Amino acid sequence: MSESVYKEMWENLNLDIPAHDGLLEVLGKFYGDIYLSQQGRLKGAEYLDFVLSEVHGLRIKEIMDQKAQGKKVVGTFCVFVPEELTLAADAIQVGLCAGAEAGTEAAEALVPRNTCALIKSFVGFKLARICPFTESCDMIVGETTCDGKKKTYEAFGDLVNMHVMEVPQQKNATDRDMWKAEVLRYKDALEKLTGNTITTEKLRDAIRIVNEKRRALQRLNELRKATPAPISGRDALLINQISFYDDPVRFTRKINELCDELEARIAEKQGVAPEGTPRLMLSGCPMAVPNWKLPYIIESSGAVVVGEESCIGTRNSRDLVVDEGDSLESMLDAIADRYMKIDCACFTPNTEREDNVETMAKDLDVDGVIHYALMFCQPYAHEAFKIDKTLSEAGVPMLAIETDYSMEDVEQLKTRVEAFVEMIK
Amino acid sequence: MIAGIDIGSRSIELVVMDNDTVVRQEHLPTTFDPVRQCKSILSGLEPDRIVATGYGRKLVEGMDLGTTVETITEIKAHALGVFRTFPEARTVLDIGGQDTKAISLLPGGKVGKFEMNDRCAAGTGKFLEYTATIFQIPVEEFGSYALKGDDPPVINSMCTVFAETEATSLMAQGVAPENIALGLHKSIVRRTVNMLGRVKLAFPLVFVGGVAHNPCMARLLADSLECVPGKDIIIPETPDMNGALGAAHWGGLPR
Repeated sequence: MSESVYKEMWENLNLDIPAHDGLLEVLGKFYGDIYLSQQGRLKGAEYLDFVLSEVHGLRIKEIMDQKAQGKKVVGTFCVFVPEELTLAADAIQVGLCAGAEAGTEAAEALVPRNTCALIKSFVGFKLARICPFTESCDMIVGETTCDGKKKTYEAFGDLVNMHVMEVPQQKNATDRDMWKAEVLRYKDALEKLTGNTITTEKLRDAIRIVNEKRRALQRLNELRKATPAPISGRDALLINQISFYDDPVRFTRKINELCDELEARIAEKQGVAPEGTPRLMLSGCPMAVPNWKLPYIIESSGAVVVGEESCIGTRNSRDLVVDEGDSLESMLDAIADRYMKIDCACFTPNTEREDNVETMAKDLDVDGVIHYALMFCQPYAHEAFKIDKTLSEAGVPMLAIETDYSMEDVEQLKTRVEAFVEMIK
Repeated sequence: MIAGIDIGSRSIELVVMDNDTVVRQEHLPTTFDPVRQCKSILSGLEPDRIVATGYGRKLVEGMDLGTTVETITEIKAHALGVFRTFPEARTVLDIGGQDTKAISLLPGGKVGKFEMNDRCAAGTGKFLEYTATIFQIPVEEFGSYALKGDDPPVINSMCTVFAETEATSLMAQGVAPENIALGLHKSIVRRTVNMLGRVKLAFPLVFVGGVAHNPCMARLLADSLECVPGKDIIIPETPDMNGALGAAHWGGLPR
């Protein structure tokens, strides 16, 4: 995976080259074990393999080339950042590395130890200088979705150019007004950063691009209702992960091609696991790349994952911006409304999520749900109780897992997941 | 002939069944070389099928024993073991060397819901083993020792290391060691009762695993659940064999 042709670029980004080589080596091995070992993969997965193998190479080169032509790069950690605005300002939006243990000790000098792995990871990646995406950013957008993140952004702001969006905690009219103001404040920040004005035409085009991307993901999710499951949960998760950092137009085209292949496969009743394999859905915290731990354990335990109710999953793709309309103002309203529909556990109450999980479990015809909360993630750990109640009333078994990015609990997790699969068989 | 083998963190148990009758039960310490111990416990046997369970179940699969090897999780094995011996049981509690499991049973020995401690061994046999050393007595005698206490302090730490610190400072305050020992047992029982609540405890409850040998645990559990030992809470004659028994039972079921 380590390509010396990119060495100069990485040096220019001030990466710690030996540490970065180490990361790529581990990532490559991990990817080989978890992804390339799969049987009967789609041809369209070549795109996934390619993107992943070039994640710190060719994709960064593209970004650097565009930067050389004056484009700005905006990094994000959350599905609340309106990509439509970023693209309308002619900037590039990338999701930042937060799915692996890196620079943990250094991170723990900036954030308390009982902070979730995702937060420690993005701080660690920055401090260890091993994420070329983070290093290429002209602005990083945070959001107040939990106390851990909002306090971390204070410390992180000393290291990068930070813009923090305030996400409301309720969904009343006043909250919507505040969120609209935050959307406008983000628009201003983008215009100031890029020197570009977000025009009606540009915003309309950007909304179309992002809607098309979400439609491709919706199409993929729709196809996963088929029995036998036509694609592994691992590959579907990877697609969702890649949606945060590949070029959106290329991504949409490639995923639609992959969906064409899936349709053909479904028509022939072909699947990645035999009919009758227990179908599970993941629900809860996002799994940022390369966090494939739990899906891999599940799919090595005789089950197949058919849905991800998560920010790196349906929480990101479920809703579209409905108005691809005429005036800038109406489009901005439509954007504010679309993002207010996100059923993040940061809201109180958040009953939509309970309904959405139940509907999704039924639509996908799952045999069970595995609720995944990152250790120390209070919002999702709380909601595990609510989702358990909702699902148990709906007659869907649920297993609640709390874990992080370390491998020390893999054996215990295997026992639990295997026992859950035995139970629902 | 079917062999059920349960490779736990502390001991390995073997149950051999012939025509649905248990013909042999054995156990060995796991040690640092579980493969050798498995070979040793299985030596001289030529079963038609081996069913392995416990955290080392995958080890047996890879041992090339010249016969069919299947694996099931300890959750399923304990449910089946209890179902075989006490078909009327509704809940299983297994406290082993490094795991505690609460399992609610459906008719036919199927698992309805289960809870398990996570990566930390707090509230398991390991906790008792570790804290018994503070009193310089073997873990086998720790329960009887604790039963001599009559005024236990509340021990809040569930972490084994912190509990030791807490116990040491109680000793420094002059609290009788038997009472501290009783307090330590009570802390595990509190945690266990919570876990049982999460699987919606129903009686009869069958208590298995090595820790079921501990008389203080059995007494405290019955007290805090306000139920009748022997009727609401049942402890099998050989509670540590239950996992291996369940595995052997699974091996004998029609394929």
